[in-house]
Amino acid sequence: MSTDLGIPTLRSGTDGVPTLPEGETQNRKEFTSDQEVRWCPGCGDYAILAAVQGFLPDLGLRRENIVFVSGIGCSSRFPYYLDTYGMHSIHGRAPAIATGLATSRGDLSVWVVTGDGDALSIGGNHLIHAMRRNVNMTILLFNNKIYGLTKGQYSPTSDVGAITKSTPLGSVDHPFNPVSLALGAEASFVARTMDSDRKHLTETLRAAAEHRGTSLVEIYQNCPIFNDGAFQLLKDRDEATARILHLVDGEPVRAGSGDATRVVVRDDEGRLQVVPEADADPGRLVRHRVADPDPSQAFALSRLDDPAFAQVPMGIFRNAPRPTYDDGVRAQVSAAVDDAGGRAAHADLTALLHGKDTWTVA
Amino acid sequence: MSSKSVERLGRVVIRFAGDSGDGMQLTGDRFTAETASLGNDLSTLPNFPAEIRAPQGTLPGVSSFQVQFADHDVLTPGDAPDVLVAMNPAALRANLGDLPRGATVIVNTDEFTKRNLGKVGYTANPLDDDSLDSWQVHAVPLTSITVEALDTFDLTRKDKERAKNMFALGLLSWMYNRPTAGTEAFLKTKFATKPEILAANVAALHAGHAYGETTESFAVSYDISPAPMAAGTYRNITGNLALAYGFVAASYRSGLPLVLGSYPITPASDVLHTLSTLKRFGVTTIQAEDEIAGVGAALGAAYGGALGLTTTSGPGLALKSETIGLAVSLELPLVIVDVQRGGPSTGLPTKTEQADLLQAMFGRNGESPVAVIAPSSPTDCFDAALEAVRIATTYRTPVILLSDGYLANGSEPWQVPDVDALPDLTVELATEPNDVDDEGNPVFHPYLHDETTLARPWAVPGTPGLEHRVGGIEKADITGNISYDPGNHDHMVRLRQRKIDTIAQSLPDLEVDDPSGEARVLVLGWGSTYGPIKAATRLVRGTGAKVAQAHLRHLNPFPANLGDVLRSYDRVVVPEMNLGQLALLLRAKYLVDVRSHTAVRGLPFATTELADVIDQHLKELA
Ligand code: SF4
Repeated sequence: MSTDLGIPTLRSGTDGVPTLPEGETQNRKEFTSDQEVRWCPGCGDYAILAAVQGFLPDLGLRRENIVFVSGIGCSSRFPYYLDTYGMHSIHGRAPAIATGLATSRGDLSVWVVTGDGDALSIGGNHLIHAMRRNVNMTILLFNNKIYGLTKGQYSPTSDVGAITKSTPLGSVDHPFNPVSLALGAEASFVARTMDSDRKHLTETLRAAAEHRGTSLVEIYQNCPIFNDGAFQLLKDRDEATARILHLVDGEPVRAGSGDATRVVVRDDEGRLQVVPEADADPGRLVRHRVADPDPSQAFALSRLDDPAFAQVPMGIFRNAPRPTYDDGVRAQVSAAVDDAGGRAAHADLTALLHGKDTWTVA
Repeated sequence: MSSKSVERLGRVVIRFAGDSGDGMQLTGDRFTAETASLGNDLSTLPNFPAEIRAPQGTLPGVSSFQVQFADHDVLTPGDAPDVLVAMNPAALRANLGDLPRGATVIVNTDEFTKRNLGKVGYTANPLDDDSLDSWQVHAVPLTSITVEALDTFDLTRKDKERAKNMFALGLLSWMYNRPTAGTEAFLKTKFATKPEILAANVAALHAGHAYGETTESFAVSYDISPAPMAAGTYRNITGNLALAYGFVAASYRSGLPLVLGSYPITPASDVLHTLSTLKRFGVTTIQAEDEIAGVGAALGAAYGGALGLTTTSGPGLALKSETIGLAVSLELPLVIVDVQRGGPSTGLPTKTEQADLLQAMFGRNGESPVAVIAPSSPTDCFDAALEAVRIATTYRTPVILLSDGYLANGSEPWQVPDVDALPDLTVELATEPNDVDDEGNPVFHPYLHDETTLARPWAVPGTPGLEHRVGGIEKADITGNISYDPGNHDHMVRLRQRKIDTIAQSLPDLEVDDPSGEARVLVLGWGSTYGPIKAATRLVRGTGAKVAQAHLRHLNPFPANLGDVLRSYDRVVVPEMNLGQLALLLRAKYLVDVRSHTAVRGLPFATTELADVIDQHLKELA
């Protein structure tokens, strides 16, 4: 049996969250807590924190209505450094805790901060179910391809062959591609960005916050202590230009510039390939469709990833709104309350407790 | 009314038994409802297999429902049935061992075919030889008379056969002079969209009643007078329903919305089912992806200012441990219901046990104390739910409520409480700074503890000026900032323990039932053993012996006078459906030589068994 749920579709991810009074603004300082930041010098987390502290005031939301929930790992210290509400929870469980919070409080802007181990290993189940349900929250997945806090074991995103503390002969473990995983779980917003590209990071965060539903943002993050230079190629301007496939809605997917420009085309088998633009059959050019309800093309783009970074798709893979779990749950509760003529009162509870079959002893 | 003679009885125990598909739970429920409406006191024990449909006609597929009802106060579903209704050979074979000599057996002869007899290992038909001579057997072709009675109905034979449970109910209703109007009304709702099936069931019910009235083999019917009960309005209720209602009532009385995060698990799922229908009371239910997410969602909601609840059974409690530990560290209110079942591992999902007490007490890493309480009867589940919420919100702590399979599915009459008489559970959320900094400016300190309750302020997101961070890393007292300071950790570990210990100041003293005041033996129990223990002490006192009885609702902390009570008896006997978990706690804490009596058969204690145990101890002291 199924039924029409009549779930309201709200436009923005922050609809329902109280905003600052007209004309009032906030600044980065107000979003910075008094706690000393304790990441290692040079950690990519600093850049992400700075970007978030710089960007949050722009949302125009009341600071007390913003909550950051994290799990365990280096990145999960994040909430301590923001002067919002925050919870540093336990390993892998942040999406589950955030689901309860976001569902019961439609007036909050809920953010999850997690890492590759936290989200994809111990917390994999909660992550996929949050995305499947499409709970209105933004998940920042810091991917440094290593376990930092436990001092350098390989993670579920470490490359095959990675030599780490726990894989002295090289990892034989096949990694997850977080974007592919998210798309497979039917996440309604999936993006990838990088710690060192402040502008791209901020734009991506803005779009993620704007999206209503679960937004999964993979952030390539350098861990200079245990996996230094994991994304080094992409930090070099020329290399980045040559390798990053920019995902722009409605546009062909391109990397490089000038004569060296490469584009994504669909071959005879339906597979995506990256070829020099000069050789590309214009009829086979793949144009990015960010809001396509069918995630297949976005998934195929995510599969263009290559451990050696021959090419790396970056940007918003998918932004295809669909009803959110928390809106649906709240709508059912408020409809039940409305149908019954308002908040349950004394008489309603009395009637419930009595039920249908009572008898009286005089 | 029947022209046959009517005999008056004080109490009766009836067990309906049949195949899982025979509708015995429904039959028992309906008989119970009619009995309740007559004002008898009663107690029920459903007993069903874990398999949804075990192979038909086999011993594992037998489902039964026992009800004891009386003209006086009933404490248990009864040790042994006076009447067994056996719908097939498997039901007879599985239950005969529990029947005292002379008991009445009503069997459905239609099912006693060679094939069905063979399925349960009968080489000869017990109805044809002398093997049932010790019992009063009524051999009734229940299936074929039902089909015959429904001759004119435009239904398949299969549909007609399915109404045989209503025929059996009609027959038993005649035997014990129960009304059938309530069941007819019930059927009308159940089969509202299937008028022909409805008519057939009502006809079968009437046919069963008429059969008793007219058939010679049923010579007498019985009457059981109403039990004296305090004036008021009553209903019948199971433990799981009472729990669900208790939490809704607690939500109403606290003004906090109830948020349940749960994962389906036997025998706790009915609480989830019930609460999912009560959205009208502002209840949110989240069926999570697993047990961990269930408690995670509840904790997330609690952080947001809701009444966070998670419901589970033993294996689920194990999975929730780490999150409960987080709640201990966050010092947030959270209620965890464990409807215990047989363990370890998957154990006996549909059978009862009390073996999670130590898991509730200690099943987390580190020093991680939580409050633990246990209801003593199905109706007490309602009050226990309110008490769990009171402790959780007053002391900002997780509370584990230990129900069990027997309480969950068993039922008894409940005097419906007046909503205004329920405890006031109003909670004060933090709204403004609670301290001053070195310069005298107002600040908010999330871990500044209340002097009396040791609770920390509950400042929920959305409250301006109180932005703060919480987490599972050790926190400095008062500020709540991360702290690795050795002295602070020692202080915080002791503070969290002291907070739980402090709850005892709000608890009533343990009451001892010792009418003579001269008993040397105290029987002490907790949880669902209340009924059997109370009934056993009555039985023993009936012989002129002196025995005291007390029952613990609060397992952590214990009531303040418990040590004195234990030490004031020469012997303390603790019956438990585990291997002595409460006894272990009592011995450790009070250094009293508690005597344990244990059984883990998946069933509640029999009254006579406990009476024998008490007798034995009395003899040893004599
Ligand atoms: S270990 Fe790596 S990820 Fe962790 S704080 Fe240090 S640099 Fe950052």
